Amino acid sequence: MATGSVKLLGVWASPFVNRVEIALKMKSVEPEFILETTLNKSELLLKSNPVYKKIPVLLHDEKPICESLVILQYIDDSWPSGPSILPSDPYDRAIAQFWASYIDEKWYPLVVEFMKAEGKEAKAAVLEKISEGNLLLEEAFIKINKGKSFFGGDRIGYLDIVLGSLLGWVKAIEMMDEMKILDETKMPSLAEWDKRFCSDNVVKDIIPQPEKLAEIHRKFHQMKKATSN
Amino acid sequence: MANDEVILLDFWPSMFGMRLRIALAEKEVKYEYKEEDLRNKSPLLLQMNPIHKKIPVLIHNGKPVCESNIAVEYIDEVWKDKAPLLPSDPYDRAQARFWADYIDKKLYDSARKIWGTKGEEQEAGKKDFIECLNVLEGELGDKPYFGGDNFGFVDIALIGFYSWFYAYETYGNLSTEAECPKFVAWAKRCMQRDSVAKSLPDQHKVLEFIKVLRKKYGVE
Repeated sequence: MATGSVKLLGVWASPFVNRVEIALKMKSVEPEFILETTLNKSELLLKSNPVYKKIPVLLHDEKPICESLVILQYIDDSWPSGPSILPSDPYDRAIAQFWASYIDEKWYPLVVEFMKAEGKEAKAAVLEKISEGNLLLEEAFIKINKGKSFFGGDRIGYLDIVLGSLLGWVKAIEMMDEMKILDETKMPSLAEWDKRFCSDNVVKDIIPQPEKLAEIHRKFHQMKKATSN
Repeated sequence: MANDEVILLDFWPSMFGMRLRIALAEKEVKYEYKEEDLRNKSPLLLQMNPIHKKIPVLIHNGKPVCESNIAVEYIDEVWKDKAPLLPSDPYDRAQARFWADYIDKKLYDSARKIWGTKGEEQEAGKKDFIECLNVLEGELGDKPYFGGDNFGFVDIALIGFYSWFYAYETYGNLSTEAECPKFVAWAKRCMQRDSVAKSLPDQHKVLEFIKVLRKKYGVE
């Protein structure tokens, strides 16, 4: 059982920070949450993550661990007595890591691209690529869950956390652009999984409501515009 | 593990493929090497990696593992009785994964600009590439390997790039020995390992290969 102080540098609105919060909660670890602001990075953040200067950073006994996917694995390794985050079988683990990499490197960047695209035509073009990705994720879910509720089986695991953490922002973007990114007719299994994930006891107080995220997105952009004038 | 069937779908100059060759050699795993023609991908590759259609792909008893760093971890876990590639301490493991990920995020793209572009873009690529290597040198410090006394995960993730150095130096007009002496010393140390020496192609062969690519991309 790992001992020592646990601190998490982050902001409540970051899905990558939410991932770490969920993982720690699964292990019944309560970190000291150190709030960072995106505009003025603290000395602690710059010292703890000199390579990327980004949140989340987990500080365990003052030693920093960076990159959300690396942190998730670290939490699983360091608190082995709690429920497992990653699958125990090496092949299942490799598959989970593969899809996490796909989600972070291909799928979510498309969602961000969609948000930034200007005009209905540009957005529709990106949405088509996202929809292709959605079908892959739907297929992957059906293959991986082996008939159970989550990617992780009966309870949430690594892939549930990786994909689920992004749902708040995906829905916020859907609200802001009034366009559906997650089409429940085309991804029925994931649509059900979405509801189960968001209402799970470990998750429900951590992923912010889409309305709140849309609001801070608007505020952030107003602020940016004001400072650039 | 006597009846394991292991196949590696690979392409000889790929520094990502080299990672798997080295890992399998360190573990003394017998496998079948299949060379892919990337202009004419085999049905097996397309079936085993339908999402990305890329090499390397490790096929273990018919089941594919894609993405080279993921596959190296898989190899480490399955053949765990010899030559551990990842450290056992959770913090050290996290650091190893962090740096392997850094190499994937930063090094390949900047290196590609050195041989694949000209003018300002190439200069920017050179600068980023050297900066990356300097950061990695900082992480290496005085240790013989990134893993400390033992050759491991990060060393495996990085060493394949060394086989492309003659090409980078020629087309980028740079001297890695001058810019990153620690890196070169580390690379030469790794090259003394059988698993590495057997897995990396000759640097001149890589240069010839890049020459052809440059013509194809209209850089020559």
